[in-house]
Amino acid sequence: MSEMRIKNATVYDPINGINGDLMDIAVKDGKIVDSVNGSAQTIDAGGRLVYPGGVDAHTHIAGSKVNVGRIMRPDDSRLNNKPRTKVTRPRTGYTVPNVYSMGYGYAEMGYTTAFEAAVPILKARHTHEELEEIPIIDKAGLTLFGSNWMVMDAIREDDLDRLAAYVAWGLLASRGWGIKIVNPGGGEAWGFGKNVSGLDDPVPNFEVTPRQIVRQLAEANEKLNLPHSIHLHCNNLGKPGNYETTLASFDVCKDIKSKRDRQSLHVTHVQFNAWGGNHWGDFESKAEPIADYLNKNDFLTIDMGQLVFGSATTMTADGPVQYANARLLKARWSNGDVELADSSGVTPLEYHPQSYIHGIMWAIGLELALLTKDPWKVLMTTDHPNGGPYVNYPMVMTMLMSQKRREKEMAKIAEMTFERTCIAGIDRELDWYDIAIKTRAAHAKVQGIIELGKGHLGVGADADIAIYDIKPDETDATVEFDKVEAAFRHAAYTIKGGEIVVKDGEITATPKGRTYWVKATAPADGHERMMEDLKMKFKKYYSVNMANYMVEDEYVEHPVVFETGYQ
Amino acid sequence: MIIKDVLCPFCGCLCDDLAVEVENNKVVDVKHACKIGTSKIMGHDRIKAPMMRDDKNGEFREVSYDEAINESAKILANSKRPLLYGWASGICEMMKKGVLLNEEVGGIIDNTASVCHGPSALGVHEKGLPTGTLGQFANRTDLVIFWGCNPVQAHPRHMSRYSVFPKGFFASKGRKSRKVVVFDVRKTDTAEMADEYVQVNPGEDYLVLSALRAIVADKADVVPDSVGGVPKEKLVELGEAMKGAKYGMVYFGMGLTQSRGKYKNIDNAVSLITELNAHGKHSILPMRGHYNVTGFGQVCAWETGFVNAVDMSRGIPYYNPGETCSNDLLMREEIDAAFVIAGDAGAHFPAQSIARMGKVPVIQVDPFHNPTTEMANIVIPTKVSGVELEGTAYRMDSVSLRMRKLVDVDFPSDEEVLDKIIAKIREIKGASS
Repeated sequence: MSEMRIKNATVYDPINGINGDLMDIAVKDGKIVDSVNGSAQTIDAGGRLVYPGGVDAHTHIAGSKVNVGRIMRPDDSRLNNKPRTKVTRPRTGYTVPNVYSMGYGYAEMGYTTAFEAAVPILKARHTHEELEEIPIIDKAGLTLFGSNWMVMDAIREDDLDRLAAYVAWGLLASRGWGIKIVNPGGGEAWGFGKNVSGLDDPVPNFEVTPRQIVRQLAEANEKLNLPHSIHLHCNNLGKPGNYETTLASFDVCKDIKSKRDRQSLHVTHVQFNAWGGNHWGDFESKAEPIADYLNKNDFLTIDMGQLVFGSATTMTADGPVQYANARLLKARWSNGDVELADSSGVTPLEYHPQSYIHGIMWAIGLELALLTKDPWKVLMTTDHPNGGPYVNYPMVMTMLMSQKRREKEMAKIAEMTFERTCIAGIDRELDWYDIAIKTRAAHAKVQGIIELGKGHLGVGADADIAIYDIKPDETDATVEFDKVEAAFRHAAYTIKGGEIVVKDGEITATPKGRTYWVKATAPADGHERMMEDLKMKFKKYYSVNMANYMVEDEYVEHPVVFETGYQ
Repeated sequence: MIIKDVLCPFCGCLCDDLAVEVENNKVVDVKHACKIGTSKIMGHDRIKAPMMRDDKNGEFREVSYDEAINESAKILANSKRPLLYGWASGICEMMKKGVLLNEEVGGIIDNTASVCHGPSALGVHEKGLPTGTLGQFANRTDLVIFWGCNPVQAHPRHMSRYSVFPKGFFASKGRKSRKVVVFDVRKTDTAEMADEYVQVNPGEDYLVLSALRAIVADKADVVPDSVGGVPKEKLVELGEAMKGAKYGMVYFGMGLTQSRGKYKNIDNAVSLITELNAHGKHSILPMRGHYNVTGFGQVCAWETGFVNAVDMSRGIPYYNPGETCSNDLLMREEIDAAFVIAGDAGAHFPAQSIARMGKVPVIQVDPFHNPTTEMANIVIPTKVSGVELEGTAYRMDSVSLRMRKLVDVDFPSDEEVLDKIIAKIREIKGASS
């Protein structure tokens, strides 16, 4: 393969502690190397900003829910249409882009890796069919375990080894990367139209509590020594006053010891879970106590779930919250119960700056990021497309970097927002290094893919590189936010695995990305007990035979298998 | 040799528990399948070789695959408004190629849902679809309604595997755990097996749905004495039964999608189900016909953003049912060439559309002779997916499963034929530009 040199790059590579150094980067056979010879293809970055390829640790880009969104919303697919070019397929959609636009859109912003955050095992084949069709970027899926009968039965019978064995089997069956827990127990309760009200409200018919589900899955996660921690969407999402449940959920994992250099708990899209008040009338931000907790504790990380005004398509395995949303907003509602596993719902909505509810939600996401001192603890996400589509990341980045940019947005927002939030008083402005952490380095660390060569530019790392048309030493991001946003929207170059895939914001090549999944060995006796239970459940309760359930190798054409296991 | 856990390539039930006995590369026995599925897997008269004719009234002559493929490519490359129709009895892998072919020729790709559950998709655009997987219903339902569908005839194992008879975790008595109600204009075999049969006047389903919505909303006082041929007392009784159900289920078919009201019926039915979820749990599911008609909707949606009827003549995917469905285009006499694959336009389209197809070149890709063959100029036989070829199909509840291959044959797959046609079209278009 060809060699490449990027010279005069102003590099921010937080994993390797590089903070704006002017340097050259050498690439050979798709990897970062020490040096290449003089004949290598050379890109002169001319002092421009260079980041490792972006990583999105939490997004909804593929599978049943996303396609339900597309099918329900031809109105959305009418947006952002672009005809095919010599290298690209036709593009459609804003909140639910088609598979091609999904990959191109990330690559155009200099992103090269994304994690699909909710994969029901029974629908995993579908997820992988779409992931395979998404061009350019590398990807992985997080497998849903939080309302699964196998999980809850093992927990009720206090059989941690059996639980760990099922997690290992479920990751294999879904070709998944890690444990996702959505509204623990709530998906099962929604099977009869109910929900659970908090960590200690037992799941109907299963006699386990959400607290036990979170705790035991966190323990199983460490038993299997998985690269990622458990990835939790808390109970009571979308309800005023839910910050208390969120704080209590943090505490559940406080003494879980992580075996790897990572958090032992990741709580996702916390914007939706940092809500105060008792009802919509006294709805307010509770970002401060959440950030305070993060400032005092090192065992956990979160992501923002930032809200972006305009159109969104909400999609989540949290079935009951979607019904509530749809009824509240009189919006279209699709529901997707998955046998023995979970639920899900999809509802389109529009975020209005003139609504103080939406204004407060907008503020909470930014408050979480800005009030938490350590930038590694709060990842930048919009929970695409729940808080808004990922194509708005560049705008969110500028809001983190510039108080003036925030003030510009605040001018559009309902007044009441500022009585119920503290966003107006926050003057913190993140720098280029912080943004590199929040959009790539921390995502890679949280997901445990640094050792796979992701999220950094050290020797041996994947040559996933973004060059942005901006010179950090000549640009005041706190003032020139429009220029910064434009640069982040359309990378000057995106290099994926050593290949130039974007030049001057245009897609130039569409290689196939890889898919990461975890193969974990389980405790042998636990595995035996688990298989006995699993076979019984397939015989009696599943609508497909066990032999047809597991995702076949054909659906993961470019796999990277991470092997780990019971210790 | 007995191959177990075989998937059935017939209807949207996509039963995956078949045992097929194969001897000397021939299927000799099929266990657990229904009669229709068995018949398809056992095999019957198939088209043996590619055929062509210039005059649709003339005799076919056997030709080579290359000749048939090259001629097909020529027709499609020179067509200004080609229709690519069918895409139901095949695997997802070939459907992706179909979407690509449509980009190459700037045509319209349309699936059999166009004359089947197309209105269901429109209902979903309006109101969404509260649904789930079939195992969820098997484990939980205590009230099952079949509306305008007749699974005894059309989905023979649906009731035993998923909807009526299975013993589920919360439905431990199987059939006895559930009340079964059939709404239909005539007393079908399914109605004979139900606890209640509700006869609806033809074309008045919408009214009955509206009355049920009023009753569920505690507004029975506005309901007249009889609606759609159903007495008010009966409607109140059914409305209350729905409200009282722990998990209520509505399966619906052509009786709702293709009768008067069409997509508005689905809109109303989905609204009823959505409202009922304030009381218990309720879901609704279209009874999809072909084993992978659901798969086309999935593939087309993730590839183009739209579920069906995608017009690529503008260079971007454009979807507007009423304008871009097969029959809209055929009846407006816009179509100047038709490519029919894994579906049968000849058997299911109205006479006016057929008349247009009679005037334009028709290419058929299919293992079997059917009414479309009668209108075809070129016929290209391919493998039977799920018997002679493995690949992906979506069950009616949008669960994707992998079809197995049971025997080896020399026929090319749909995908191989499409690949060659696309390559040839690129060659023709490249040479002319």
